[in-house]
Amino acid sequence: MSIFPYLVAAWLFLVGLYGVISSRNFVHIAMCLAVVQSSTYVLLLAIGYKTGGVPPIFAGAQVGTPAVDPIVQALMLTDIVVEATVVALLLALAVQIQKAAGTVNPDRLLELQG
Amino acid sequence: MNRSRRHILFFVSAAVFFGLMTWAMHDLPPVGHYRGPYGDAINATVVYERHITDAVTAVNFDYRGFDTLGEESILFLSVIGVGTLLRQQKRERKSREDTDELEKGQAPEPSEAMKVITLGLVGPLVVYGIYIITHGQLTPGGGFQGGVVLATAPLLVYLAGDLKTFKRITTHTLVEIGEAIGIFGFLMIGFLGIIAGKEFLRNVLPLGQTGSIFSGGTVALLDIATGLAVAGGFISAIYAFLEQTIEMRMEGEE
Amino acid sequence: MHTLVPLPVAIPLGVAAILGALNGHVPRRIADAACILATVAVGAITLDLMVISRHVPIVYWFGGWTVRAGMAIGISFVIDPIGAGLASFVCVLVLAAFIFSLHYFESVGTMFHVLMLGFLAAMCGFCLTGDLFNMFVFFELMSAAAFALCGYKNEEPSAQQGALNFAITNTIGAFMVLIGIALLYSRTGALNMAQIGRALSNQMDATIIVAFVMIMCGFYVKAAAVPFHFWLADAHAVAPTPVCILFSGVMVELGVYAVARVYWAIMDGPFAAHRPALSGLLLTVGAITAVVGAIMCFGQRHIKRLLAFSTISHVGLLIIAFALLTPDGLAGGAIYTLGHGMVKAALFIVSGILLHRFGTVDEYHLHGRGRPHLGTALVFFAAGLGLAGMPPFGTFLGEHTIERAAELAHQSWIDVIFFFAGAITAAAVFRVTARVFFGWGPKHDEFSGGGKHISEQRETKHSGQGIPAVMFVPAAVLVLLALAIGIMPHVHQEARVAAFTMADHAGYQARVLDGTKLPDAKPEVEYSPLAESLARSLGATGAALGIAFLTLAPWYPRKNKAYRPIRSAMQVLRNFHTGHVGDYVAFLTFGVAAFGVVLGLLIKRFGF
Repeated sequence: MSIFPYLVAAWLFLVGLYGVISSRNFVHIAMCLAVVQSSTYVLLLAIGYKTGGVPPIFAGAQVGTPAVDPIVQALMLTDIVVEATVVALLLALAVQIQKAAGTVNPDRLLELQG
Repeated sequence: MNRSRRHILFFVSAAVFFGLMTWAMHDLPPVGHYRGPYGDAINATVVYERHITDAVTAVNFDYRGFDTLGEESILFLSVIGVGTLLRQQKRERKSREDTDELEKGQAPEPSEAMKVITLGLVGPLVVYGIYIITHGQLTPGGGFQGGVVLATAPLLVYLAGDLKTFKRITTHTLVEIGEAIGIFGFLMIGFLGIIAGKEFLRNVLPLGQTGSIFSGGTVALLDIATGLAVAGGFISAIYAFLEQTIEMRMEGEE
Repeated sequence: MHTLVPLPVAIPLGVAAILGALNGHVPRRIADAACILATVAVGAITLDLMVISRHVPIVYWFGGWTVRAGMAIGISFVIDPIGAGLASFVCVLVLAAFIFSLHYFESVGTMFHVLMLGFLAAMCGFCLTGDLFNMFVFFELMSAAAFALCGYKNEEPSAQQGALNFAITNTIGAFMVLIGIALLYSRTGALNMAQIGRALSNQMDATIIVAFVMIMCGFYVKAAAVPFHFWLADAHAVAPTPVCILFSGVMVELGVYAVARVYWAIMDGPFAAHRPALSGLLLTVGAITAVVGAIMCFGQRHIKRLLAFSTISHVGLLIIAFALLTPDGLAGGAIYTLGHGMVKAALFIVSGILLHRFGTVDEYHLHGRGRPHLGTALVFFAAGLGLAGMPPFGTFLGEHTIERAAELAHQSWIDVIFFFAGAITAAAVFRVTARVFFGWGPKHDEFSGGGKHISEQRETKHSGQGIPAVMFVPAAVLVLLALAIGIMPHVHQEARVAAFTMADHAGYQARVLDGTKLPDAKPEVEYSPLAESLARSLGATGAALGIAFLTLAPWYPRKNKAYRPIRSAMQVLRNFHTGHVGDYVAFLTFGVAAFGVVLGLLIKRFGF
């Protein structure tokens, strides 16, 4: 099926979201967001792929060989950095909430209701 | 909402969402048949126009260098943010500047084998990181990848149990200045373009010979600046987290 | 002239880098001064850019990568008056935030300053860019700074929880934007907004609909439209005051701006034939957001949470302004953003003053304690009038323009929504004024109960008997500026010209991709009678005062049976806001699915 990688991306997105909504631990939620992010990687790379294409590194390569798209790979690099930093911030917040409230379970934090 | 209602709401919405995505994907070009002109245009011209053989680095630092500036700033701000969130609170003791305190809170002494392996790897890892950073324009790699490799070298020192050296390497001044030099360096290189009368981030240095380490003009310099920023940033963030572990272990011992 | 363009991003980042390196070694005064200077410089530059770009958008290609054969291979900043104007407005609010935090705000080293400068750079870049992925990068930069700033009070469990809810929901929103961008890239092979717009021209298919739904929902998470709005009340209630000024004043509005920019630059072609579908959907969403926000606002006793819900309500009004999908609506939305942002910032500053002086922002605990501070009371009350849309505030001018645009688009029913949102949110503010500053009314009432569990950590030092000038002056100045926007001549005209420039997507594409300038899209001079809007806004103000008075009046029968349906409706609505991030994400998924299904059915099945 030629849209199979796209479906994998959509599936990963939803699996990650399911992890977030059913989670009892903020650290687990941070990791589930990493899964959601990986769905965007799969989508981007699938978009840029050419069957039979070589990586876009041209050291010693012949001009004219079809190479895959370097733009999506560059976008992915940016994404990975963004994801790492967001996960770092979420983990720092999880550490702080453990210290401040004694729990990392969203079910037990009841201050922000109503 | 209780758990089951939340789950039902989510499952119904997720099923609909999956259906929407499938519906959208039928109008996309099938996988393997990338059509768009952008990537092909870059692939066709990158070698003879920019003298760079790694198209991805060329895109990251030359064609779309401004995005990379934004990305580096995200890293910088997030590391400052992590430091802000994990900063010393009034409740915590201020006495942990002492290296003796640091050693009191450490885990059991690592085995000899661990020490040999980790300390033995530090040197090669640093060299490898520098190699990846500086060869970004030739082979897959670049500032980000090499910077992350560099950032793991002090972590190996920590794993070897040598906390004094770890603290010395990762003292805030050195690392924060390294980080700031990374961002500031990127901005200054960008301003080179303005000084030369052209646009920001224009590649105004001589392009050198394709395949040599000094090719690509400003790309090589931007690689090094980015590598510094990324290495400094990750070391800072890791240290902020490790400080927490040491400090919480100490509180547990009281 | 063109050298100025990268500076709004480069200057704050450069100063932030230096301050970050010198963390701990530079005295607080120097850091404050550097930040204020940088903000003023960026503000001056963006104002200049706004004036210069009045007739022709400025196009600036980074790295010198200009367009080749109709294809954009580099990143561009496309500066038009609305983008540059929004960026200058950001600078005004950031300046107010820095002045507020002078001397008293507790900052460890220079971290606060670095984060704020980064936030400023991100928001300016976000407003000025013409490349879709660049917009995403600045969106993430804005978010990273915002998450850290939101959790700044790191000893407060509610602050950490609010920051977590904020971070998790907005990150998911960002991922949705990225998926939308990826879909558009796959379809058109471009990341530059003008080029994507030209490549799509008038086609309409499933990919375009779903891509737009993803991008729209992702940005509407930031803009806190229902059902993506739950995080905002949590985050704004617990963030430090200077940060709240920025969040409510401009960061949330940037979400609406982003959707407007994406629509007018890219999607106007495909959706031109389907305007009723999109307009109807967005008008409904905006109306629901305005109503829900207003009702929840009235039910809060935590002043910052109350103001946060009023932000949700007024952003709903902004969504309505955009949802008319006409340049006149856009112009009204621009004026309304300015007016509302100033007034909301002033309201948050007053709540910061109360926190500084009394250590709490709980309405019940503050009962009557504000009596000595009449000046602050006056500022708070005046800002409340601004929320109601009373002339001559800028909000009145904005609402009038929007209502005129709605009349032209045959959607006059939104006048009722404006009346309702203005009346209820202003009523909440008036109720707080009366209770806190004049001691009227009972110590508690049966409507407001929300936010009673939120603990509060002081954010400033040396609270004495008086109110520091650095806190009072920005609030007063902001209220005066909000009045000025309503009074100054030509604001209406300039806004319309700017909006027509932004909405002219053929001209935008020609300017970016061909370097040519199509003839100006000139708005026709029109006569817009003020009478109806005047009646509505004076009516709303009166209703607001009346409702506040009724809630507080000692002689009004309290346990009246008539109140019960209102109270139970409010309780049902409040029960949805659980504070649990799993619920928020479930509603988010529901919202995206619903948007997609409704839009898809309206366009494909019913052919709207």
